[in-house]
Amino acid sequence: MMPKQDVIPEQTAVSWPIVMSVSMAGMRRRFSRAMITMVGVVLAIAFLCYMLLNETFVQSMIAEGSDDLNILLQNANVDILSGGGTDQMTVLLIGLTLLTSLVGIINAMLMAVTERVREIGTLKCLGATDQFVVRTYFVESAVQGVCGSALGMVLGLVVSMVVNLKTYGWFALKTFPAGGVVVALLVSLGAGAVLSVVAAIIPAYMAARKQPVEALRVEE
Amino acid sequence: MISCSGVTKVYVMGKEEVHALRGVSIDIEQGEYVSIMGPSGSGKSTLFNMVGGLDTPTTGEVQVAGCRLADLNSSQLAWFRCRKIGFIFQSFNLIPTMSALENVAIPRVFAGETPRAAREAARRVLDRVGLGHRLDHLPSQVSGGQQQRIAIARALVNEPLIVLADEPTGNLDLHTGEEIIDLLNEMKANLGVTIITATHDMKMLSCSDKIVRIEDGSVKRVDTQADVNVKVGTIDGETVL
Repeated sequence: MMPKQDVIPEQTAVSWPIVMSVSMAGMRRRFSRAMITMVGVVLAIAFLCYMLLNETFVQSMIAEGSDDLNILLQNANVDILSGGGTDQMTVLLIGLTLLTSLVGIINAMLMAVTERVREIGTLKCLGATDQFVVRTYFVESAVQGVCGSALGMVLGLVVSMVVNLKTYGWFALKTFPAGGVVVALLVSLGAGAVLSVVAAIIPAYMAARKQPVEALRVEE
Repeated sequence: MISCSGVTKVYVMGKEEVHALRGVSIDIEQGEYVSIMGPSGSGKSTLFNMVGGLDTPTTGEVQVAGCRLADLNSSQLAWFRCRKIGFIFQSFNLIPTMSALENVAIPRVFAGETPRAAREAARRVLDRVGLGHRLDHLPSQVSGGQQQRIAIARALVNEPLIVLADEPTGNLDLHTGEEIIDLLNEMKANLGVTIITATHDMKMLSCSDKIVRIEDGSVKRVDTQADVNVKVGTIDGETVL
């Protein structure tokens, strides 16, 4: 009376909402770990956001064409004739910041994978597919990236407002470029989200390649 | 139920070839309690891994419940491990970020059940192993013996054909180890699962139906319960620190 199983089907895929809840629960209980990864994103995105906002502020103030304001702008070393655009050095600096942040997230995620080799192996012994493992790492990175970007966005906005109000006084409010600010905030959020998802590619792939037999290895 | 015929395994390490298994043939019936014994490096773990679909033989064949494991792709193996095999580890291997209930529920989620139904099933199994009052504890908040009980519940939650237990008492003290063996035995009797353990623990022998001794990659001897009747003495007394 041997139970025959002639054709073994493919393993069922775990749906995204369930992957989300598993990942989120993991991050809640490894909160400090997630926070450290997030700080890198927060700082980079805050910097990006600050630079983008300053550009729109300055452009909007130049367009105002007020003499008093032009004096303030010149005192702040703004090149009025060039229209307040960002120079090459600044673009390079922003690029480098984002790149550093990208490497930082990759590093943190790779560490998370190495730390959890046994955990990944165990899950695979219990029936997790490569796809499930890949998805959990993408969700983890994306959530950290989006939360980090949102915080960075707020930080960038606050700092930019404080600096601009201090330098240009009420002109900053009078010429407040609402449309430009919204665009800058959205660009920052999007950049952070893309950054974190791109950063997860290599770690997630490495995690999926871990073998279930790793679960049986005893290290202690 | 499980049949290994002429299984060999050769690992190539640089230029050297390591023969982990040199032609092992064994048959295991449903509902048997089999202990695989052997010194470390004997090929015990390799054989063990092959039955669980964690490793494939170089030559020879491993059939479990009538299907050749070597023919399965990784997704089919995941299906097979999920539903047909329950794993129990020496170091428990509970997911540290999940509560007892979540740990036991996860194999059912992998099997395609909704989280709610999975938790319901997990609750029943945890009750059965005597941990109905520890559902929301994290693994780090319970004792080693309780962690292994959670792991046993997790191994049984999908009603597998086979439970593979790798040194299940290796990290436990004598008394707790005995409780775990009793629990495994009880599950075998009640659920009819086949239990295969890799072990050094002499206590496990007295309840084994079959004892496979492996040395240097070959089966040295297969004893049945009648051949060995090991009685293990116990030491009771006050613990002095």
